[in-house]
Amino acid sequence: MTVSLLTAALLAVSLDAGTLDKIARGSQAERQGAVSALAAAGDANAAAVLRALLDGRLYAAAEGPVFIEEGGALKDALTGAPASSSDDLEKVTINNRLRAALERALAALALAAPDPDARLLASRTLQQTADVDLLPAVEGALQKERDPRVRESLLVTRAMLALSAPERDRRLLAVEQLRRAPGSNSKRLLAQRLSVETDPQVKAALAEAVESVEASLRRADMVGLVFSGLSLGSVLLLAALGLAVTFGLMGVINMAHGELLMIGAYATWVTQAFFRRWAPGHFDWYLLAAVPLSFLSAALIGALLELTVVRKLYGRPLETLLATFGASLILMQAVRSAFGAQNVEVANPAWMSGGINVLAGLVLPWNRIVILLFGSFVLLLVWALLARTRLGLLVRAVTQNRQRAAGLGVPTPKLDLLAFALGSGIAGLGGCALSQISNVGPELGQGFIVDSFMVVVLGGVGQLAGTITAAAGLGLANKMLEPVAGAVLAKIVVLGFIILFIQRRPQGLFALRGRAADE
Amino acid sequence: MTAVTRRLLDLRFWPAPRAGARASGIPESRRMLWIVLGAWLLLAVGVPILHLAVPASSALHLGAYAVTLGGKILCYATVALAMDLVWGYAGILSLGHGVFFALGGYAMGMYLMRAIGTDGVYGSTLPDFMVFLDWKQLPWYWHGSDSFLQQALLVVLAPALLAFVFGWFAFRSRIKGVYFSIITQALTYAFMLLFFRNQTGFGGNNGFTDFKRILGFPLASPRTRAVLFSLSATLLVLSLLGCRLLVRSKFGRVLTAIRDAEDRVRFCGYDPVGFKLFAWTLSAAICGIAGALYVPQVGIINPSEMSPANSVEIAIWVAVGGRGTLLGPILGAALINGAKSWLTVVAPEAWLFALGLLFIVVTRWLPDGVLGLFRRAQK
Repeated sequence: MTVSLLTAALLAVSLDAGTLDKIARGSQAERQGAVSALAAAGDANAAAVLRALLDGRLYAAAEGPVFIEEGGALKDALTGAPASSSDDLEKVTINNRLRAALERALAALALAAPDPDARLLASRTLQQTADVDLLPAVEGALQKERDPRVRESLLVTRAMLALSAPERDRRLLAVEQLRRAPGSNSKRLLAQRLSVETDPQVKAALAEAVESVEASLRRADMVGLVFSGLSLGSVLLLAALGLAVTFGLMGVINMAHGELLMIGAYATWVTQAFFRRWAPGHFDWYLLAAVPLSFLSAALIGALLELTVVRKLYGRPLETLLATFGASLILMQAVRSAFGAQNVEVANPAWMSGGINVLAGLVLPWNRIVILLFGSFVLLLVWALLARTRLGLLVRAVTQNRQRAAGLGVPTPKLDLLAFALGSGIAGLGGCALSQISNVGPELGQGFIVDSFMVVVLGGVGQLAGTITAAAGLGLANKMLEPVAGAVLAKIVVLGFIILFIQRRPQGLFALRGRAADE
Repeated sequence: MTAVTRRLLDLRFWPAPRAGARASGIPESRRMLWIVLGAWLLLAVGVPILHLAVPASSALHLGAYAVTLGGKILCYATVALAMDLVWGYAGILSLGHGVFFALGGYAMGMYLMRAIGTDGVYGSTLPDFMVFLDWKQLPWYWHGSDSFLQQALLVVLAPALLAFVFGWFAFRSRIKGVYFSIITQALTYAFMLLFFRNQTGFGGNNGFTDFKRILGFPLASPRTRAVLFSLSATLLVLSLLGCRLLVRSKFGRVLTAIRDAEDRVRFCGYDPVGFKLFAWTLSAAICGIAGALYVPQVGIINPSEMSPANSVEIAIWVAVGGRGTLLGPILGAALINGAKSWLTVVAPEAWLFALGLLFIVVTRWLPDGVLGLFRRAQK
């Protein structure tokens, strides 16, 4: 290791005939050293030779110039002049050790690439192997680097490489730097170094750093878990919020609720297709148009459903259940006939792809964050509508005592229609959100109907606060159990828990009190 | 036994016990008994003769497809009857009856899988799917599953036990109406997810299939088919008579009263829990037996039988035929499944539209089902 470091320092030169000779015809140690030297020198011209050697396109005779084969033609590796083939040329072979060195050297050379993304990738590649020989190359690149993202990554890379630096102080500094940049890679490298380190002071620092990195990784895991739980909760909330209005407030069992979600998702898909076809320049903003459209289409279908089926069956919950189930079959088949039985693809707009790096080792995807915010926004809207507007007041009056409200002049049939359309429209919004994170197909709603009912029943009928708590609670419970039990088993456990819970508390978490609780 | 026979022949035994309805139609009641027995003879004896003894060239010959389809429908009709016992007479709408049916089917399927022996694709004594999962031995709950007797007991006990435990909790907490319906739906959904897992040990996605023989008789032979058909017909007729006995007894009257006004029954000093629990558990057990007869005839059982949609479909058989009558559900199951077999071949796209419309039409305009339509026409 130290020998090659020495050669690297001595030979920090650009590509010349001597180096080339060593690479093509030298001993194993000489070749290794020459490759490292080229990488450390950061000579971009060397990349072509190294790449050719790695790909098996480098040819040399017993002596004389070395050639690169490119597209069937030979050219001089040093001057680039075309050359003719001759019989005594032989392919320069490499072993696995040299192959690994070549890959690292190429990554080190890519640190000087003009594209910042390529430089970032190169820096990350170097983190995988952490070869101390490349330290000069990384330091050279760090001096030139201006892009803040790449700089940050390079600092981590330098620390990782410096872990095996010969000077004790540099090692200590590297340990400290890595402790501040926790990640699964730094944990692995720190642990690796810990097993070979002999200096007691560095050893102690390493042990402490490993522990600290592990702790922060655990913390990141925890935060990630809570986030994905809340994210699932927000999806459940969006699916269940409409049901909280139609079932919770109005007492209508709408088994076609899942299909209203599906309608919203398909409305989003249609909007997207429209934008792609007619306004590709504004494609990134199709979601803004899709939100009201998905609301309207689902609300329209909901209103139709209320007028033709639900209206005739008020006060007969079991019949409503069956009739709306029939409606769900019709809607499902209609969508299948119109758009095909296959899933359709809804693309995320560019501003929703990617994620935000909040903690080391934890990236929160933008689409999940947007849906979390969207869910809160819809919730706020529903709450404001029900609690702060005249319409909401009348809806609550009708649901609490239909006869008396009618006696006071409230047009109950019209309100039923409005409230049902509202609940359906909210389901459409849920479908629009779902289209951004899951497959959109005719069976989309089926998977959510049981979950949405569980949320409403668990939360307590007629209680928005209960619906929120239940949605967030179920989302968290599901995600917390998943690492322990697996996704399916987690779901079964949660369902089992709800069944047991409802036995203990049939009114749900937030029971209504007073006169409204009579029925 | 003689007491039971006397009751069956009792003139007052047959009228439909509908709440608030006049006890009418006594003269036709004995004729009904003869019709039921005649129908049994026709199905359990006549069909096997037409299948086995009549030559295939004859127009009267019944093919394998028709017999299998008929047997399947008889099993469905039994399930509908069991469903009607709880929905039509006790007012409990279950959206999870598919789970009891499927559990009975799986119990029988376990035996059938073991009966394949070493004739499977991998030639192992283990069922094929276990070889595929690289399991070396049977899981503990498969112990003794090569015994027909044990599995036959499980066919009844597994669904009955599940129903008993579930019902005991639910009825004691006075969960009723749509809440009960929704948690039964969650129940069957949870079971479906459970059985979809490969690790659960019931064949995962694909379930059980490729059965070879039952009690040594090859399943592909016409004789076995005919016997299974006769057994299905017998099960249906026995369930029908049993349910008749039950709903006409004092027990049945209390059950109907619970359906119509549970609180008043409670005020009269009855505890509804026991009545509901008995009907509920009995219904589940009947479903289990129907499932066990269904599996060898159809040749496959997989978790999709437990899908919530399947269970809702059972409810619509009952609603179409006429709930609260015992012949109605049988009629409904036969009508809908007959139409399904026909329509899914002729116009597969139209089937879900038709079924969906049926749900709406029946609940809006035919609250008493097809049988109610007949009754109205008679008046």
